[in-house]
Amino acid sequence: MKDIILQLNAIQKSFEGTEVLKGVSLEINRAEFITLLGASGCGKTTTLRIIAGLENPDKGSVLLEGKDITNLEPNKRNVNTVFQNYALFPHMNVADNVGYGLKIKKMPKAEIAGRVAEALKLVQLEEYGKRMPDQLSGGQRQRIAIARAVVNEPKVLLLDEPLGALDLKLRRQMQLELKRLQKQLGITFIYITHDQEEAINMSDRIAVMNKGVLEQVGTPNEIYYQPRTSYVADFVGNANILHVGEDAFAIRSENVLMNGEEPCTKEAQVVEKSFAGGQLRILFRLEDGQLITASRYGIDADISVGAQVKIGWLPEHAVKVVEA
Amino acid sequence: MRSAVKKGKSNWLLLLPMYIFTILFVALPILYMFLLSFLSRAEVWGVDFTFTLENYKRILEPLYLGTFAESLKLAFLSTGLIVLIGYPYGYFMAKMNAVWKKRMMLLIMIPFLTSALIRLYGWIIVFRSNGVLDKILMGLHITDKPLKLLYSYPAVVVGMVYSLLPFMILAVYSSAEKLDFSLVEASRDLGASSLKAFWTISLPLTLPGLLSGIVLTFIPSMGLFFIADILGGNKIVLVGSVIHEQLTKGRNQPFAAALSAVLMILTSLMIRLYKKLTGSAELEGLM
Repeated sequence: MKDIILQLNAIQKSFEGTEVLKGVSLEINRAEFITLLGASGCGKTTTLRIIAGLENPDKGSVLLEGKDITNLEPNKRNVNTVFQNYALFPHMNVADNVGYGLKIKKMPKAEIAGRVAEALKLVQLEEYGKRMPDQLSGGQRQRIAIARAVVNEPKVLLLDEPLGALDLKLRRQMQLELKRLQKQLGITFIYITHDQEEAINMSDRIAVMNKGVLEQVGTPNEIYYQPRTSYVADFVGNANILHVGEDAFAIRSENVLMNGEEPCTKEAQVVEKSFAGGQLRILFRLEDGQLITASRYGIDADISVGAQVKIGWLPEHAVKVVEA
Repeated sequence: MRSAVKKGKSNWLLLLPMYIFTILFVALPILYMFLLSFLSRAEVWGVDFTFTLENYKRILEPLYLGTFAESLKLAFLSTGLIVLIGYPYGYFMAKMNAVWKKRMMLLIMIPFLTSALIRLYGWIIVFRSNGVLDKILMGLHITDKPLKLLYSYPAVVVGMVYSLLPFMILAVYSSAEKLDFSLVEASRDLGASSLKAFWTISLPLTLPGLLSGIVLTFIPSMGLFFIADILGGNKIVLVGSVIHEQLTKGRNQPFAAALSAVLMILTSLMIRLYKKLTGSAELEGLM
């Protein structure tokens, strides 16, 4: 049986006449790590803010454990947020930052100290209680922001691109750490990112968002291998979209065959070769003028720009998608 | 701040003009004033170069002590009112959208296009018997006879608040403008009511603006003698007025200097006390 902790029902929201959310419905399971994935301006942050109560939807409802919390003040919800810029209080030290929520709840001082120490240990910054936020590195601030949220034992933790400001190496490390933390705490994480790799790495499920609409919700496998729409196919893994008559097909660049790989049946001309992200990308123009990219590991391949070659793909690698 | 101090050693040449300016236009005049305060008045014009403590002794006379007390009282009262009006104005202005920000800012800046003196004369028209205020109040049947507000204490307070309010608003605004609103949201998210979020986040983080606003209004309100002169007639005499009179009509430069010196020490002590009470490092450099 599914154990739904949070439910969004047909959420609509406009800002000054611009429709940001066009009826978003989503069910989120207990202890799930779900990612809202989409380009900037797709409405993912607004969705998160509506769950947090920092924004009110124009239409639709939000249910937490079956209880309607649509119009509840943010301080009355058992939901906490890790903000994009961390939003640590600059005039309080780390311990006071982490203990802020507990102090507001009028918890006894000794108990706060214990819980704060525990939370700091969880993010491996036990020794940093007396530091001020401006004495911390970006990664440390990030962890404090997480500690400050989870110390309140929220039912749902909202994370708004929490790793966006960190460098690549630290980001990879924090991805693993966040995933570990989520498993350990058993809290539902709703994670926002525009980084498909991050989403695939961490999530139990991914909800791909585009222009205020959820295009597809599914496991990373489903999203990657069975994209429902051309947007999802393109956004997650930059698949080629080919049009055949009325239909559109998504073909991943690594599945485009060339150089005598079987079956190569289509005439194509090599337009361009480029090296990016550890991969060689070769752009072909098919006979009907459509462009298609193949990718291979390595920095070069035995194929020259301008050459007329044969390419192809296996039928199961061409996934039929809905045009978005 | 810390890094600026460290760099200061190698950049002293850049700082040199500032030091020259400060010494020339701040330190030397103050030194001159203090020296002057220990000299005595010449028979006809100017000063006699004989050392005396007479000027300071004279300040201890009840008449002048009373003036100091009166000035302090007015300064506290005006500053208090300015905080009550100016803080919310500046704070909410910072939170408004760009269009409304411009409008509110315009409301503050327009009066500055006219001389402060002329604007104060405007208040005479408002306050005098059967003036604008009386006519409105009587027209609305709130009062039935003129209030005789001109040349009264309330008129002076209104004049003070009116003249100094913009400084408070701008000081609060500049610090509220910098307040990252996501901090308030974070506090709400962590369970604080909007009032609690204000007390624990917004207020402490805009305190620097409030403090500099208080300094910017309290100190001038001790010395703005022309407001008391114009709206208070001769009834309300402030230290500033006495200094002004001693310098012009009394032609007693040393005594004026002594009064100024005491006023300066007094306000400096005020700032120091305030700093101690609030434990703020924001006024660093001021004292």
